Amino acid sequence: MKFTYSWLKRYLDTTASPQEIAQHLVDLGLEVEDIHDPQEILGAFKVVEILETTPHPDADRLKICRVNTGESVLQIVCGAPNARAGMKSVLALPGSIVPAIGQPLKVGKIRGVESFGMMCSSRELGLGEEDEGIFDLENTILVGTLLIDALGINDPVFDVSVTPNRGDCLGVINIARDLAAKGVGRFISPSSPSFQGSFPSPIQVNIQDKEGCPYYVGRYIKGVTNRPSPDWLQKALIAIGQTPISALVDITNYLSFDRARPLHVFDADKIKGSICIRQAQEAEAFKGLNDKEYFLTSAHLAIVDDQGPVALGGVIGGLESSCTLETQNVFLEAAWFDPIRIASVGRSLSILSDARSRFERGVDPASTIPGIEEATRLIQEICGGEASELAIAGAIPNNQHEITLPYDLLQQRGGVEIAPEQAIGILKALGLQYLTERSTPAKGVFRTPTWRFDLSIPEDLVEEILRVYGYDQIPTAELPHADYGLSPAHGLSPKQLKVREIKSLLAGRGLQETITWSFLGEEQANDFSLDSTRLTLDNPISQDLACMRPSLLPNLLQACGRNHNRGIETANFFEVGPQFLPKETLVCAGIRTGFKEFKTWQNDIKELSAFDVKADVFALLENWGLNPDSVQLSQGDAPAWYHPGRSGSLKLGHKVLGYFGEIHPSTLHTMDIKTKAVCFEIFIENLPEPKSSRPSLALSPYQPVERDYAFVVPEQVAATAVLKAAKKAEPNLITSIVLFDVFKGPSLGENMKSLGIKVRLEPKDKTFTEEELTSISNKIIQNVQSATGGVLRQ
Amino acid sequence: MDYHLSLSISEITIKIAALQSLEELEQIRLQELGKQGRISLLMKELGKLDPEDRKTQGQILNQAREQVASALEDQKRILERAALSQRLIQETLDITLPVNYGSLGRVHPVTQTIDEVIGFFGRLGFSLREGPEIETEYNNFSALNIPDHHPARQEMDTFYLTHEGERKVLRTHTSPVQIRTMLKEKPPLRILAAGRVYRSDWDQTHTPMFHQVEGLLVDKDTHFGHLKGCIIEFCRSFFDIKDLPVRFRPSYFPFTEVSAEVDIGYTRHQGTLTLGHGKTGQHGWLEVLGCGMVHPNVLNNCEIDPSEFQGFAFGMGVERFAMLKYGIPDLRTFFESDSRWLAHYGFSPFFRNS
Repeated sequence: MKFTYSWLKRYLDTTASPQEIAQHLVDLGLEVEDIHDPQEILGAFKVVEILETTPHPDADRLKICRVNTGESVLQIVCGAPNARAGMKSVLALPGSIVPAIGQPLKVGKIRGVESFGMMCSSRELGLGEEDEGIFDLENTILVGTLLIDALGINDPVFDVSVTPNRGDCLGVINIARDLAAKGVGRFISPSSPSFQGSFPSPIQVNIQDKEGCPYYVGRYIKGVTNRPSPDWLQKALIAIGQTPISALVDITNYLSFDRARPLHVFDADKIKGSICIRQAQEAEAFKGLNDKEYFLTSAHLAIVDDQGPVALGGVIGGLESSCTLETQNVFLEAAWFDPIRIASVGRSLSILSDARSRFERGVDPASTIPGIEEATRLIQEICGGEASELAIAGAIPNNQHEITLPYDLLQQRGGVEIAPEQAIGILKALGLQYLTERSTPAKGVFRTPTWRFDLSIPEDLVEEILRVYGYDQIPTAELPHADYGLSPAHGLSPKQLKVREIKSLLAGRGLQETITWSFLGEEQANDFSLDSTRLTLDNPISQDLACMRPSLLPNLLQACGRNHNRGIETANFFEVGPQFLPKETLVCAGIRTGFKEFKTWQNDIKELSAFDVKADVFALLENWGLNPDSVQLSQGDAPAWYHPGRSGSLKLGHKVLGYFGEIHPSTLHTMDIKTKAVCFEIFIENLPEPKSSRPSLALSPYQPVERDYAFVVPEQVAATAVLKAAKKAEPNLITSIVLFDVFKGPSLGENMKSLGIKVRLEPKDKTFTEEELTSISNKIIQNVQSATGGVLRQ
Repeated sequence: MDYHLSLSISEITIKIAALQSLEELEQIRLQELGKQGRISLLMKELGKLDPEDRKTQGQILNQAREQVASALEDQKRILERAALSQRLIQETLDITLPVNYGSLGRVHPVTQTIDEVIGFFGRLGFSLREGPEIETEYNNFSALNIPDHHPARQEMDTFYLTHEGERKVLRTHTSPVQIRTMLKEKPPLRILAAGRVYRSDWDQTHTPMFHQVEGLLVDKDTHFGHLKGCIIEFCRSFFDIKDLPVRFRPSYFPFTEVSAEVDIGYTRHQGTLTLGHGKTGQHGWLEVLGCGMVHPNVLNNCEIDPSEFQGFAFGMGVERFAMLKYGIPDLRTFFESDSRWLAHYGFSPFFRNS
């Protein structure tokens, strides 16, 4: 919402400077996005008179001018073809900054002749595009006048961002009222003209859709002369970025910004019969003032004459019924439209208009008649004509509320002591009515003004009072310590803490944490889904971000691909975020691509393998507090995007904890990844609740013992089977088993392998005897044999 | 014999001192002190002497044996030391050869920033709650006092989808977590919500997904003055500027009544933005956070009686805070997974600043 300082002052008697006004607006909650002050940019330029011009001795196109500044006569060299003696123009003195130059001007010699300033064109001062020469101003303007005064543009422009609840502040009058309540000046009420029409309106009005349009007022004005608007009106509109069109149109635009009261003016001769406000018919065609054709539906609110729609109520006027410079008779419209209806019509047709933005936030219903009367006054003043009686349909809706404010609510919610008298004063200044007879010293009863749609409960009044009182005046208070033992000091649950821990753990293992979109393209979603269920956005931002991701891996693979394309061969990432299958679950996924290690003087190139991510996964699980031995690891049942022979899935009971392994070559091909990729996915919700306590520590003082065994087993026997069988022999005494050797060779027989293990035994209460050790050994050998068929290698 | 022996002993010790190998030393040791060695044999002869001579000769021989043994020992030590020096020279490495010490990964700045915010409010008794990112329209809008046709609902650029046969939204803010928590737990409450939120907007300063942290406090007495105190303290602590200018500006949010936007002071010098009031005290304002007293309708919607309970809520954009604190210039780079960016702006897993 833009307005000028002088416009504001029509409703606010104040001595406050534009800067002070801006500060108060911010304090009131009307955020000032910008103040454009022509004084700051153009305040240095004054009107001068050229007394005499003589040709430059060394340049055909240049002239030497003697210029009267009012204080002295200066010699100026000028190249403008229109420079002539007796002309009033504009001079930039040394030290001033000409906007098109951007640097302080210096006294200079031009082709050997000194110039003590520069004559300016409108383009050079940023005031116009054309550049046919220097300013050629009216001769009546006095020498020494500020250029901005001469042009009538000495008027700072405010640009204020108005929150959705304050539709009333889309009119200058209500901004002035807020400022007056804040004590910035005195509010000036506009006079309210009233016209007794001299004849009944030949165009009658009838409302069919009373919900969409409860109230409609029209007036016929005959014999008008449309013309360009007078200077003051054009300047007011231009200053706020509006384009003047013609007086009839400009007057309605002006009142929209002045009073937040949209109006519409039809060329009455283009209206056939009478006006009716009704739901549009299906596929009814309508051409808007914006020259666009619309096909309406019954959801739209049409203003129709006997032949069809002439306007979309509260949103946009029709092209065919619009006023031109030839218009002689007009039909003026002031109405009240339902905000919700206007919002949905405007949205469904994507029409942004000044009328829509006001009606959808709520236009003061009581401004309907004053609005049409003020418009009548301006039309008669500028265009002449004779006004009819008002044609009125429907009734003014009541949007006022009575609110009881217990004054102690100010302290209770706001934390500040404000005397009831002051509170009453603020609310009255904002236009609320104080209902004396129903109020008590403890609580006041107030009726809200018709232009406010955002006040209905006592808290709304608290905010109004605090806002005008000043948020900065409210003392800060220290939050008392929570006396309820809600949470540990870090604010995280054990599980949330663990998630944070595994982020550090994985980063410590060389993976970079990344964050990728929660959505992806449908094709990738299909490649990474366990079934055909897909969760697709109704309104995606683009087709490659249309589906909710069924896995984190496609985005991580793409991320690696992008890095590879930038020449970063080794990209290792992890991400903790949701997947949607379509159930939303939290996943920690990781990826390693490129090579494990490049060739160096120490070692040859090392390829990545599924075991690298297996290590990540087990480090993660162990950090979570899981005993790795309790996790069931199976092969060949990971999802299709994994290499079937080089991947595994992890379960705890019936719950799938995750998958890891090499990415399937076909998937790599589809995703255009040129290197090997090994990945893992861990489903955090399936991990058990982390244990917050730990068992007491019992350290054995006795010497541990290590024993090596080599078992020959059939090749298809999983290594874990041997390890588990061995461990089962003495689960409490065996503290670790290391597989130190995997050997295949003809000496073992066909399809056989040898697994070498080192078993570490820790005695609990006394040193092992030889007999005990032998017995444990035998048990290990028997267990392995019965579980896997393995025999001790000879 | 006395004379000869002593003479030959000094010859031997000189000889020993000239020896250059352990083998030669051993040879001399055997010659002199071995079982068949010269001195050993002479010792054996002692028994044949009369007691008087045996005593004197014995002393002489013992002395000779000790002299030879100590000469051998000394020379051995000298040779060993020389051998060690030789070995050390041979073992010398070029320690300038580069080593592979592995590369440390990084924690994303969003994680770090959320940690820091949670860290601050955690100490004030706030604790983190969670909620789904696919939300009902009720939790995301209606319960938060944003009715169907409310302009605020339209301005949020919501993503819609159909989930389990129902129209849902991708949460546009973390506020539905407030609703879920208030419906489950009863006041007094001090909670936080953090995570991904979604809005259909993509340009230089907007991404369709970003992160928020928000807090909610509900009890019987906490008022706007407490909110001010708490937020000012937070801003100054988070940005580590003890006199950071903080301003509360009236604003509008459907879910708070007495609503405020919070600005912090900054100065700009030659294109570089610095937080704080600057040297001259002339500073601009940067909007960083929204907050206010919880709207009574929101409490009602969560079956909390607004005539008994009240409280405040606040919310902030994580990326914006990270950008301001850690000087990250471009929002869009947060989600590009550029390994070089992560290495630069990410945090060591051992870094603690919360």
